[in-house]
Amino acid sequence: MTQRAGHPFHFWTRLTLTKLTGRRAADLAGLVEHLREVPLSVVFHHTHHFLVQHQHLSPEPPNDFAFWVTHTLQEDELGERLAAIDTVQFEHLRDLRERLIGVIEEFLQARQTLRTAPAGEEFHFKDAVSFVLPTGCRASTLAEMSAALATVGTSSIAYHLFEARLRIGGQDNDLSRWLDHELGERELASAVRRLDPYTHTMEGLRQRLLRLIAPRLEGGGAP
Amino acid sequence: MTPTLGAYAPFVGSGTIEELRLLGHHLRGRQVQNINSTAVGGGVAEILTRMIPLLREVGLDARWDVIHGGEAFFAVTKKLHNALHGAPLELTPQDAEVFRDTTEENLRTLELCDDLLFVHDPQPIQLITAARAGTRRIWRCHVDVSAPAPSAWEFLRPWIERYQAAVFSAPQFGHALPIDQVLIAPSIDPLADKNRELDPGTIEATVQRLGIDPARPLVTQVSRFDRLKDPIGCIEAYRLVRRYSDCQLLLVGGGATDDPEGSAVIAECRERAASDPDIHVVELPPTAHVEINALQRASTVILQKSLREGFGLTVTEALWKAKPVIAGAVGGIPLQITHKYSGILTHTVEGTAYWIKQLLNAPDFARRLGENGREHVRWNFLLTRHLRDYLLLFLALDHPGESLISLAP
Repeated sequence: MTQRAGHPFHFWTRLTLTKLTGRRAADLAGLVEHLREVPLSVVFHHTHHFLVQHQHLSPEPPNDFAFWVTHTLQEDELGERLAAIDTVQFEHLRDLRERLIGVIEEFLQARQTLRTAPAGEEFHFKDAVSFVLPTGCRASTLAEMSAALATVGTSSIAYHLFEARLRIGGQDNDLSRWLDHELGERELASAVRRLDPYTHTMEGLRQRLLRLIAPRLEGGGAP
Repeated sequence: MTPTLGAYAPFVGSGTIEELRLLGHHLRGRQVQNINSTAVGGGVAEILTRMIPLLREVGLDARWDVIHGGEAFFAVTKKLHNALHGAPLELTPQDAEVFRDTTEENLRTLELCDDLLFVHDPQPIQLITAARAGTRRIWRCHVDVSAPAPSAWEFLRPWIERYQAAVFSAPQFGHALPIDQVLIAPSIDPLADKNRELDPGTIEATVQRLGIDPARPLVTQVSRFDRLKDPIGCIEAYRLVRRYSDCQLLLVGGGATDDPEGSAVIAECRERAASDPDIHVVELPPTAHVEINALQRASTVILQKSLREGFGLTVTEALWKAKPVIAGAVGGIPLQITHKYSGILTHTVEGTAYWIKQLLNAPDFARRLGENGREHVRWNFLLTRHLRDYLLLFLALDHPGESLISLAP
């Protein structure tokens, strides 16, 4: 019998408009100084837009700071450390900000001189206006979920999988929570919870989700 | 016939198209008036031609007006354009007078909308004087203003500040301004004549008509004939390449009605090309979209050796056709090309020549650059993303100061 959720899953999406803040940094000292002062929405933009914007570049540095430090300042070691920060595990953006600052400051303590970005290649701090809106798409069964995931925009998938942690906390996301609580799909929920945003493009992630669900639709166990 | 929104689904997915319709629903019936200074030629006119029907399809009452000006006005605006790109030019009081008079003449016949007023580039900027209270006012700057001549920026700044938001194409174009600054890259239309797939016969016929040898490598720059696009630098780079590798050079462009310098630059190019039969300097009418498309597709390597660049839509067009592109690291070009991943960024004639040789001799690497470039364009620089950003901008103006906006059903 097809399990039907008591509460259907409503797909929402987050779309962003990028704003310029007028802040720019030419070296690591400037980067840290601005990073302390900017609104958290700026931190969010520079650590989350890669997930949806660079859909075909995988693997890629998962945040703008790592990209700039590696490619412009050519500080490879620090670039690696910044890239290794597991952005989506943070429940609060202020903690993520502190972690970024901490990693850079630790690196700076051992440095006497700072590399400066060439003119025109400074780090430009950007902000984002986020628009959250329902897509009108919803699912009450696993089959409906599979059909919806095949067509919704990738921004919607990112919103429910990775940005959800900032809203609901913990290691859960909207999709895994719904699969677990509404359909009792504990193993499938666990597999969805473990999906790594840094090793898939968003289209790849969509396909991975569909492949995780497919065996359950055929009556088999979760992968 | 203009394609409908659904026709873009094969490129970006049906979910993306549905998002556009949802955003349009929140702006249904709103009026938006676009104003620029040329109806044909140049990236702004091309984008508006395709954008207006889509804005209408998602529910907005969109219109597009073009200001008129005489030779003297366009000579001043060209001077201003060059000064905004950093040329050390001073605008005289006479220049300011010509600018003001042309604005006033246009205002006698142009009725401004009192909902969303969307003014493109410096030429019509002073129309803002006649905007009614309550109008949402946007100034869209398509020019590279990262290092403008101070006099040019000071000339514009008081006018810019009368808008609610300024839109720039690259982060480095932003300035210290008391109004919101928004980053929106321009776009290309994959279904336009300039970008749609072409049958091999059309490509072959175009190449033959221009006397280009289809059997030998072709290095092409598609661009207006403008010194800031450095066509002479392309000829110099080609000459360095020819010492070692066989190829032909094609410099091809259409004119724009607001650019009076074009014919002088073409003459310079022809003089430099001298009697070399492998250098083709071709001027096409601004409507020759299929021919430009064919020539891009026929090319082995595409150049955009700009010294300054607003965004560089010719780069976007070439990348979309999966061509290896070598381009100056200026303006919005680094947003499009990650060096050695989705194209090549250069700074000099010698560097350009070096990479032309490399790409002519490493076709597999060149092909990978082109393929990566096409995917980057798919997700970031197609018309649908541009439409989404404009819709979001219109909505944001209704929520000043808010960073999280919830749009209820």
